Amino acid sequence: MAIYCVRRILLALLLVWIAASTAFVLTRFAPGDATFVEEQFLAPAAREARRAQLGLDRPLAAQYAGWLAGMLRLDFGESSLYARPVGQLLRERTVNTAILAITALLLATVLGVPAGIYTGRPRSGLTVPLVRGVSVTLVSLPPLVGSLLLVLLAARTGWLPTGGMTSADGSASWAAWLGDVAAHLPVPALALALPLAATLERLQSRALAEAAGEPFVDAARARGVSSRDALVRHAWPASLAPLLGLYGLMVGTLFSGSFVVEVVTAWPGIGRLMVDALRARDLFLVAGAAAAGAMCLATATLITDVLHAWLDPRIRERA
Amino acid sequence: MRTRRAVLLLGTLAGAALLAPWLAPYDPSASFRGFRHAPPMPPRLSEGLQAHPLRRESLLDERFVEDRTRVVPLPWSRDRTEPVFLLGADASGRDVLSRLLAGTRVSLGLALVAVLGTTLVGSVLGAWAGAAGGRLDEVMMRTADFVLVLPVLYVVLVLRAAMPLVLPSAVVFTLMAGIFIAVGWPVVARGVRGIVARERDREYAVAARSLGAGTMRVLVRHLLPACGGHVAVQASLLLPAFVLAEATLSFVGLGFPATQPSWGTMLRDAADVNELTRFPWVLAPAFAIIAVTLTTNLALQPRTAERPLATDASPIAR
Repeated sequence: MAIYCVRRILLALLLVWIAASTAFVLTRFAPGDATFVEEQFLAPAAREARRAQLGLDRPLAAQYAGWLAGMLRLDFGESSLYARPVGQLLRERTVNTAILAITALLLATVLGVPAGIYTGRPRSGLTVPLVRGVSVTLVSLPPLVGSLLLVLLAARTGWLPTGGMTSADGSASWAAWLGDVAAHLPVPALALALPLAATLERLQSRALAEAAGEPFVDAARARGVSSRDALVRHAWPASLAPLLGLYGLMVGTLFSGSFVVEVVTAWPGIGRLMVDALRARDLFLVAGAAAAGAMCLATATLITDVLHAWLDPRIRERA
Repeated sequence: MRTRRAVLLLGTLAGAALLAPWLAPYDPSASFRGFRHAPPMPPRLSEGLQAHPLRRESLLDERFVEDRTRVVPLPWSRDRTEPVFLLGADASGRDVLSRLLAGTRVSLGLALVAVLGTTLVGSVLGAWAGAAGGRLDEVMMRTADFVLVLPVLYVVLVLRAAMPLVLPSAVVFTLMAGIFIAVGWPVVARGVRGIVARERDREYAVAARSLGAGTMRVLVRHLLPACGGHVAVQASLLLPAFVLAEATLSFVGLGFPATQPSWGTMLRDAADVNELTRFPWVLAPAFAIIAVTLTTNLALQPRTAERPLATDASPIAR
């Protein structure tokens, strides 16, 4: 298990390095640099001075070496767009994305799994096809479209704020800040969570129906276990394996989805930062955001994989 | 049955895309002065499918009311006097329906081209790896695995941003198709490789080989048909993913230029909350996107019971 973890951590660091370096080199070679917006307003000499200040006049190799040396000391350089240290920006934004993603994950689980258990049990009536129909529709509601529709709903009804993470300035008290964030959270979190919840519902429903047909459930019933207990205590645990597999996939979905949702609802997260940095050709910020993104992805994948290995001895053996 | 219905709907959309220049009532980039943000004008059944014309109540506020006393024929009619916007008009007074049709052409066209390219490249590489085996197989599948773990949306974003930000539409089209193929091929290739590697030692392949068929012939005539089902499912999962990727890229301003109507560039109007709230018909392309995803999901659902659905299994959404 320890060797498995160490190997995975080394692989994760490799991924972070490759992602950040690729982003760095690609952005460096992209036409135009961080001064291209100021270009119109600056005299040629002033522009050269600005480029020298940002280190853009150095050759790629020297610039890359300097940046990599900084990275190893966890110094990500300074953002030309925000004129702030990249590390500081990344910390704030990563926390914001994490708040959004974890809320969405919890929401999806709370909404999806019970609904799936409900529809997976053999029963008659109209509710099951209804839930199923809603589910299939929601699965087809990508976060881009979903967030736009939710923003429209929020704006039209005036129930919820439509964008940003806070309305008040930072000076408010801790509790007020928390309430403010909680008010801003539902729109982006739901946009992310609804398709995931629907996917979970569909999968849980199928898995439970399948597990309920297994011989051990019949055996439990034959021993006199009530049909409810046979389902909840015997069939349901067996139906969890495919569900856990989905959680591994959902990390990536959440990550890409949160990018779109952040852009639509002006949630100050890492995805939004990435677009702004890319469009402004903010070299260090692009590389830093790529590193942070890769780090989040690797960590989340690592957690799900370790959980998997912990739950399933076969994976542990193979590793 | 469901598959047939899905093919029918997608076919209709593709047909609309092909015929867009003839179907569209107006030139998608023609702006009508004085009709900025004109609301949709639904045809009235009671009036023989004619619509009521709009009367401006306040030009400053962009408020319109229907003039119930008069009717005007639908925009395709020959004797049109004043413009009829079936789906409303956008911020520049351009007909949303015409733009939607023109956008279908671009967005769906791009997605279809990218899907075709991805299946082609993926099948060829996958079949090659599966047939060759050994070191080549190893290297190709490791590469595929690496591409698969990356969050593709970000990769597409960085790749696109590495190019000049403003490019002509035709260049953007080619570029995006290329990027989509570059990130999408492993999805197809992995499955094809697996099937080819498994089937190549089955009796029918061995029989063909012993009858003197060369490697190429065995691959093309005998092994590739075995991959048909897998390729078809992957291709139909990729279609909504690519549609969505285009919309997302254009939405954040890294796709098509704003003057080119596409589902993504049209949705950019909806990025402004005020605009979205007051003129919700700018969301029209969102429903086109939903139609594509929903169709795919409905078509694939019964056949692939254990497979996750389009928005999460698609490589782009990962």
